[in-house]
Amino acid sequence: MPRREAVALGVAALLLVVALPICNALPTSSPLHLSDFRLNLFGKFLAYAILALGLDLLWGYAGVLSLGHGVFFGLGAYAMGMHLMLEIGAKSVYQSALPDFMVWNQVKELPLFWRPFYSGAFTLAAIVLVPGLFALAFGFLAFRSRIRGVYFSIITQALALSAWLVFNRNEMRLGGTNGLADFKTIFGFSLNQASTQRGLYAVTALVLVVAYLVCRWITNSRAGKVLVAIRDSETRVLFSGYSPARYKLFVFVVSAVLAGVAGALYAPQVGIITPAKLGVLPSIEMVVWVAAGGRGTLVGAALGAFGVNWMQSWLTTSYPDLWLLFLGGLFMGVVLFFPDGLVGALARTATRMMRLTRSASSTATPTESARSREAPRTGHPRPEPVSRTPLQ
Amino acid sequence: MTRSLLLLSLLVTWLAGVPASHAQSPEALKALADLAADNAEKREAAVNVLGGTRDPKWLELLAALRDGNVYARTQGKALEVVVGGTKSTKGDAELIDIASAYTRTALGTVPVASLTEIAADRRLRIAIKPFLDADETRAQLASADPERRRGAALKLGHQADASAAAVVEAAIAKESVDRVRETLQQAQALIRLAHGQAADRILAAQSLGNLHSFDAMPALQGLAADPGASRAERDAATHAIRQIERWSLLVRTVETLFQGASLASILLLMALGLAIVFGLMGVINMAHGELMALGAYSTFVVQNVFRARWPEAFDAYFVVALPVSFVVAAVVGVILERGVIRRLYGRPLETLLLTWGASLIIQQGLRLWFGAANVDVSSPSWLSGGFALMNGLTLPVNRLFIIALAAASVGGMYGLLFRTGAGLRIRAVTQNRAMSACLGVRAGWVDATTFALGAGLAGLAGCALTQIGNVGPSLGQNYIVDSFMVVVTGGVGKLAGTILAAAGIGGLNKGIEPALGAVFAKVAILVMVILFLQRRPAGLFATRGRSAEA
Repeated sequence: MPRREAVALGVAALLLVVALPICNALPTSSPLHLSDFRLNLFGKFLAYAILALGLDLLWGYAGVLSLGHGVFFGLGAYAMGMHLMLEIGAKSVYQSALPDFMVWNQVKELPLFWRPFYSGAFTLAAIVLVPGLFALAFGFLAFRSRIRGVYFSIITQALALSAWLVFNRNEMRLGGTNGLADFKTIFGFSLNQASTQRGLYAVTALVLVVAYLVCRWITNSRAGKVLVAIRDSETRVLFSGYSPARYKLFVFVVSAVLAGVAGALYAPQVGIITPAKLGVLPSIEMVVWVAAGGRGTLVGAALGAFGVNWMQSWLTTSYPDLWLLFLGGLFMGVVLFFPDGLVGALARTATRMMRLTRSASSTATPTESARSREAPRTGHPRPEPVSRTPLQ
Repeated sequence: MTRSLLLLSLLVTWLAGVPASHAQSPEALKALADLAADNAEKREAAVNVLGGTRDPKWLELLAALRDGNVYARTQGKALEVVVGGTKSTKGDAELIDIASAYTRTALGTVPVASLTEIAADRRLRIAIKPFLDADETRAQLASADPERRRGAALKLGHQADASAAAVVEAAIAKESVDRVRETLQQAQALIRLAHGQAADRILAAQSLGNLHSFDAMPALQGLAADPGASRAERDAATHAIRQIERWSLLVRTVETLFQGASLASILLLMALGLAIVFGLMGVINMAHGELMALGAYSTFVVQNVFRARWPEAFDAYFVVALPVSFVVAAVVGVILERGVIRRLYGRPLETLLLTWGASLIIQQGLRLWFGAANVDVSSPSWLSGGFALMNGLTLPVNRLFIIALAAASVGGMYGLLFRTGAGLRIRAVTQNRAMSACLGVRAGWVDATTFALGAGLAGLAGCALTQIGNVGPSLGQNYIVDSFMVVVTGGVGKLAGTILAAAGIGGLNKGIEPALGAVFAKVAILVMVILFLQRRPAGLFATRGRSAEA
């Protein structure tokens, strides 16, 4: 990691993990005070940013566009939610050891697959393993048969639709349309207390920093170079003796795990998880965070998740009718005018400024920009190319 | 039971002609006087007597009683029952026209205060209802509309009352429509099954079996399990049940096939436009569903214009709406293509996101313009109703129409692609864009027209969907993912792939739906598509050869 990036990361980490919670703990009269509501909102955005990092790794680096990441987010969130539901115990509205929605649905006994979630350790493992293994199985089938490009996007979108339909069913014993909600405590700490929320926020921020480091490590490694190569020409990578399917599967699983962890951090902070969070629309919204921030830059993805969601929470309260128009406009605008997102645009402006100030422009370090890598291809490529050579 | 017995006896009486003696028989007149009595029992009995005459004039009185228009007034020592008419006000007094109970001769105008209303409480209304209903059934059996006659016959069959046998037999003799006659025969057999001798019942069971009468199942099952019945009767019943069950299996199979074909044709209508655009430009148009919604809303607007301007020609609106929705969607499609998609050729994933953004904007635009609630599109009369294919199976005309429309669209598309110069150019650009451009084909122009065509087909699909589903801003979302699956499964470059994939996905979906339910059927389809793509990663008909590898 270049020195400048390390310094910037350290500053950002300090700000997010330490400074903001301290601001929150300050007395209300202080000018630097940050309200509980704001901190909670930031916590949610940071959870989204974790997911965006994974999605950027997958799309920005490996060129695989998943329109179904809401599913992995949902799996992590539901795993955490199930544990939190069980932690409520007999303090629920119906004073039953069963979660409330089961009482409504006349479920007499806790379903078998719920039982292990009594254990906190199992839950933490499930948050990583359930999305990871599911992505492994799905990705194995998809990449093995070279479902790529638009085909892969469509299939993952169908996955999001199916998952949404399934999680909405009451007989899945996952709360149906209402999802899981009304959590009371997390690992014994009351969720109503500001200190718990502050702790959750700090954990989220810390996980984000760690996730960034992991993603950066991957992109700087040899595997990262192969991923970029796959994005630019999968066939050539294949002919060079690499197995694109394996690399793609690896990065797909990593990004699914990050999405699951994000979901698990999201659920206790927001206090509810419903199927509406893992449908087609939320899944594709996640893509626009990455696109708006700047794909293939990691930091752009995180910034995009933060910025777009901040915009959303502002617009949906002030101008609810405009939000979808704005979102649609953002999709189109970013794709048409800022293909490398906010970070890319800033970097380009910065480079230009530097060129103006310094005549020796050759020393300017160009930031990874999507446009430069996506040099206009000549001719008009065919729809997603399909190779008929067998996989090694 | 007593009530239906009464009802049927009334029916018989009516068909036999109303004897004049009933009209003002002493019993009826006594009953009329009883109507004004304080005693609820007496009044109910009076209603039964009056209704029992089956005399239309008495029934009219009962209807008036139910509606609260019957009054009692003191005439000398006795109470007289009169029927109230128009009310009017003169000064402070409220006046009312009254008429005699039976003959309805006008008795002048009197103050309302001088009359006592005979209140029809719940109990009385319940007593009146069967008589009026029976009257209705009677009227229906003589109706000019075969469907109403059939409804009356069904009712009689359900009641299965011995005294109706003669009526039904008379109606069978007169009936000219086969379907109605069959229903009447079913009613007759049901009556015989319930009341006939052993030999009659065997014959009745046989005839019910031959009629494949689903309605007779409970009665036949009862007979088959009746220990009092003879062995021959039970055997006849069991045989009939088996016949009916076999028939019902056939009906269910045909029904499932039809539903599959219907879903497949909807998917095909939607996927056709997507597939040619995907084949030509490698672009999945995520706004396709919203173009459909535009078509549906165009239909809505055309309908409203017809309703306001030419209500007499309302049924014709749909004929106008079809081309209008095609054109509206095509125009929006061209704007989308020339405006933005053109700039992103060769970057399919970006185009995907771009068109998704466009879809959000169109969707929200529709929501702001027409409101978030569903709008009401009524079917023209020639598209409502059903086509009775066989006993127990009626195919809705609107779905038949959509199947026909899909077939026509496919036919038109084949004609266009393989019989015209424009089609030749589209195929050329699909196969090799650079080479076609070198040979003088204006690739950009081909793109625009093809996109317009695909969008127009979406509009057409939207217009057709108004006839079978709700029209709302999110109309497109319901089927769109399914039609993407059709395109992916079908592969690009061949229409046959799209057709086969639509038929396969539609048919499989409806085939497994009864077993798994709608949701898990969808999930199963996804799993099957993924497994299918293991074998054929580029869909049913993949492009082969060097051009397949870009």
